[in-house]
Amino acid sequence: MSHAREDSATYDARTASELRRARITGRALPLLGDDIDTDRIIPARFLRSVVFEGLGEHAFADDRAALRAQGGLHPFDDPARAGASLLVVGHHFGCGSSREHAPQALYRRGLRAIVGGSFAEIFFGNCVSVGLPCAQLSPADLARVFALTSQDASLELSLDLTRRELEVGAERFPVSLPEAARVAWVEGTWDSTAELASAAEETRRVARSLPYMNEFLTETVD
Amino acid sequence: MGKTLYQKVFERHTVRQLPSGQHQLFVGLHLIHEVTTPQAFSMLEERGLRVAYPERTFATVDHIIPTRGLTRPLADPEAEAMLAALERNVEASSIRYFSQARGENGIVHVLGPERGLTQPGMTICCGDSHTSTHGAFGAIAFGIGTSQVRDVLATQTLAVTKLKVRRVELYGRLARGVYAKDVALFLIAKLGVQAGVGYAHELAGEVFERFSMEERMTVCNMSVEGGARVGYVQPDSTTYDYLEGREFSPRGAAWERAVRYWESTRSDADARYDDVVRFDASEIEPVVTWGIHPGQSIPVGGTLPAENGQGRENLREAYQYMQLEPGRPLAGTPIQVAFIGSCTNGRASDFAEVAELILALRRAGKRATVAPGVRALAVPGSQAVRAELIQRGHAAILTEAGFDLREPGCSMCLAMNPDRLEGDELCASTSNRNFKGRQGSPRGRTLLMSPVMVAAAALTGVVTDARRLMEGPA
Ligand code: SF4
Repeated sequence: MSHAREDSATYDARTASELRRARITGRALPLLGDDIDTDRIIPARFLRSVVFEGLGEHAFADDRAALRAQGGLHPFDDPARAGASLLVVGHHFGCGSSREHAPQALYRRGLRAIVGGSFAEIFFGNCVSVGLPCAQLSPADLARVFALTSQDASLELSLDLTRRELEVGAERFPVSLPEAARVAWVEGTWDSTAELASAAEETRRVARSLPYMNEFLTETVD
Repeated sequence: MGKTLYQKVFERHTVRQLPSGQHQLFVGLHLIHEVTTPQAFSMLEERGLRVAYPERTFATVDHIIPTRGLTRPLADPEAEAMLAALERNVEASSIRYFSQARGENGIVHVLGPERGLTQPGMTICCGDSHTSTHGAFGAIAFGIGTSQVRDVLATQTLAVTKLKVRRVELYGRLARGVYAKDVALFLIAKLGVQAGVGYAHELAGEVFERFSMEERMTVCNMSVEGGARVGYVQPDSTTYDYLEGREFSPRGAAWERAVRYWESTRSDADARYDDVVRFDASEIEPVVTWGIHPGQSIPVGGTLPAENGQGRENLREAYQYMQLEPGRPLAGTPIQVAFIGSCTNGRASDFAEVAELILALRRAGKRATVAPGVRALAVPGSQAVRAELIQRGHAAILTEAGFDLREPGCSMCLAMNPDRLEGDELCASTSNRNFKGRQGSPRGRTLLMSPVMVAAAALTGVVTDARRLMEGPA
């Protein structure tokens, strides 16, 4: 079954308001376990493509198949979780390779935010780049959120990045996340190319000041 | 108060502080390969942007390249599409491309250093997490995602968050038969796979100072497996000796100026660190991973840890996947595949160590051929490495011993080319990741270890302490 929503995660000229990720509401997809690496999120053979389209249906392909073979059901295959948009994860989620294909696959699978114990660094940076907010819960709150969402698949969650808060049914939990990423998601400025390009003159100045940029032909060491 | 190399290089490359609090950082060297770039070039094109500093980007092909019987078009149409896209993109943007057609290709992290592109005091990025390798030269080198590759192509800059710096000091001496790979795995086992998140690791102390550049690259390569996106070693005479005379290294008067710049980037004696950890090198033994992340390892002579205690869930999952049992030794476990290669251990010195082991066994009148039933791959990290193996006679030694010597590429490090595990094969591997399914079979199992330990496993057919090979009957 594929409930992939292939909403465009590509970056045509969209306005900041379309890029805002201030509040994400939906049902939960709880995924237990720590140190879940990007090879598991999207196995390398699915990277053999020149586009990101179509990655959504392959998220956790091998984990899902392994569980199916044992007669189990991976949360990503659970019909009760179809259409869920908030992924709940453990610690150090997304460790391993730098493949942006990992958050791209999750986004294209219909996930719009991730809450969890902690995130690997490159993965987190890639989530900034694709507009997929990640927020951290304390270990005790994470355990509670896992308990609540595992019991009840219909529970409505809301991640509010302005108030730094996760609502799960009637309960509220504080979340933390780096301020720069939070601002980028809330204000819709996470697509950084235009901002970086606006400093072309300063960039040239720095380039000129670096001795290796002119092959050490002149002394620029201060 | 003094500054660390990280701070100095970061400041020199800072374009400005962004409103978000992040810094816009100039990227001195951008390396690209076929997997993480086609989408970046497409995004650039969609926006009508051009590559801003094409002379600062260098390309090669490594992940998808077959390591034998390569003909164009590649047998795998998806791999062919990626290679063709790379060729089109570098051509259209005038980017220097180390191509397989001209016999110049190699794993991007092997190629950059051996060409002299990787230099101290630079910022280096690549759409690949093992970009940390280049930190061995005293560069600030880190992996980025595809959208960031787009940013570097478009502006030669990135929006980054400044890291904290942890000094990881290793004092004393390594015992005989203990290699850089063992050091890397030891540090990850001690600190944990998450410890490096938010940090750049400055690898310091006698052991790293005595290390060759190849050894420094092996440990910096694996700093990312300990969560640290950046790992680096201070540049010193070992660094400069390695760089002198390489294709892209400065020459003559420029060389003198270069060394002065590189020296100026070294951490000050009174630099302030956010954290300092120290370890005694003499504690380190040859290490073998047994689980599903690089932190799950034991000394080769040890027994597998109990399943209870911290991280119980993960341990149970690891035991189940690996088909191993707590309390048992790992030594003696039969392997089906041996893989020597990758950006961690695919350099000429790695194969030289293996060739020396084979020669020593032969001299002692012992059997030195790959055990029956074991598939043993030796895959050089680059064309230059392969040429060196042939020239020094190591290629012949490996081949005579029953290793299948291939053309360069990422090969069996990950599953994007024809080299892969089948079913639940157990592989002794010099690569850097033992994640579930990493080597191509969803049930394939990986044991990470040093090249000499992989060779010992290949020759005996079981996980073996390489130091014991010289003992016992022929
Ligand atoms: S050898 Fe392995 S880790 Fe290194 S770049 Fe290739 S796939 Fe990545």
